[in-house]
Amino acid sequence: MNLFEHIGRFVMMLRSVFSKPEKAKVFRKRFFNEIDYIVINSIPLVAFLSVFMGAVISLQTASNMSSPLLPEYTIGYITRQSTILEFSPTIISLIIAGKVGSNIASEIGTMRVTEQIDALEIMGVNSIGYLMLPKILATMIFFPFVTIISMVLSLLGGWIAGVQSGLYSTETYVYGIQAFWNVDSHGLYYALTKSVVFAFILTAIPSYYGYYTRGGALEVGRSSTKAVVASSVVILLANYILTQLILI
Amino acid sequence: MVEVKNVNKSFGDTQVLFDVSAKFEPGRMNLIIGASGQGKSVLAKCIVGLHEVDQGQIIYDGRDFSAMNRTERTVIRKEIGMLFQGSALFDSLTVIENVMFPLRMFTEMTEAEMRERASFCLNRVNIVGKDGLLPAECSGGMQKRIGIARAIAMNPKYLFCDEPNSGLDPKTSIVIDNLIRELTYEYKMTTIVITHDMNSVMEVGDHIIFINQGRKWWEGTNKEIIKTDNEEVVSFVYASSFMKTLREKLINS
Repeated sequence: MNLFEHIGRFVMMLRSVFSKPEKAKVFRKRFFNEIDYIVINSIPLVAFLSVFMGAVISLQTASNMSSPLLPEYTIGYITRQSTILEFSPTIISLIIAGKVGSNIASEIGTMRVTEQIDALEIMGVNSIGYLMLPKILATMIFFPFVTIISMVLSLLGGWIAGVQSGLYSTETYVYGIQAFWNVDSHGLYYALTKSVVFAFILTAIPSYYGYYTRGGALEVGRSSTKAVVASSVVILLANYILTQLILI
Repeated sequence: MVEVKNVNKSFGDTQVLFDVSAKFEPGRMNLIIGASGQGKSVLAKCIVGLHEVDQGQIIYDGRDFSAMNRTERTVIRKEIGMLFQGSALFDSLTVIENVMFPLRMFTEMTEAEMRERASFCLNRVNIVGKDGLLPAECSGGMQKRIGIARAIAMNPKYLFCDEPNSGLDPKTSIVIDNLIRELTYEYKMTTIVITHDMNSVMEVGDHIIFINQGRKWWEGTNKEIIKTDNEEVVSFVYASSFMKTLREKLINS
């Protein structure tokens, strides 16, 4: 299949994804399960990465500030901007695409090769909607909160690293974080918009690859790899497009 | 009754089914047999709508399934129970949850009513006290029986079984065959079984269709298949020397 055929089939799949669920009660249960499975389970990893990345961003900024003309609060400012604009929405999404994407593709792919999806279809269940809609919606709604948690922890990491190493004071760092917020606050809207779009990408693309798996265990593994690669590439492309549309 | 009328099916340039027609009546065991790769599974998937037919009709009690859209088909699908080759139980659900699944999706039963119905179906297939197990914790034979329990949970009018004996020992195979037959007679279901298990053919084949090279090659009962002189059927059913000897003895007696 060429790229255009994949896109066409993906769009057709989305029509079934966003159709009305058969039973609201079943959908609700699956929705909350997916919040736990995809979103809540990702928080420890996100927290760990965010604290250390925030620490590294601030330390690298501090170590590269050789000009006496640059005020010290620039460290806090750059840490905040890097975290809000790129690290928390994009890098965290890429990492979660690796973790969640392979999980989703292998889960749905295994269901395909073991005929569980055929079983759903024969019962009259819209298998695409049943399997994918709760995952996609749960992630799109709650992933922005994960992004916010990441932002807070990244800034906290920057503060811990700088203060404990004596490179800057708490006051300077906090002043930097607050600097120019009235003109830069739209960055938060940009970041959260990105996180919603990336949440869709990192669940819908692996679902697609999993659903159309053909063959056996080997193909499930291949689908999982393809899903992670494709969702990472699409996240980067979408990142560029959204930046062009919102920031420029 | 399920009717298949002049069904043709191709995948790309390869035609798999050629003008297949058959009638499957309720209350008897309808078997589709044939060697691997001859089109019997494709025919079964066309009948249940997992593949679309290129030409021809699939008719469920006068209702043209092949001409229906997805929504219209849902009504018929709720009347279908299917047992898959690998059982296709949902990994993440327990035994009882698997049987309750179609009830949960398509009925307004309370939790207690669903549990009662699922327990009844599990009892009917002789699964007792295993409600909380996951499918991975059950043996192959148990998984098949749970699959049957799930298939009959909605009181289906049509039951499809895709190679119900595959991977099972001969004794368990007979148990599964007999169970499907009992349920078919008891509930007057239209049952279609895809198999290449010769024990099943001889034991429960009330009506047998032999598919060869994508065509309906032969049709008859388990009594008629013993005496048939159709070369392809004989070479398929009596492939081993033991079966050949057995056939000669049966004919001579």
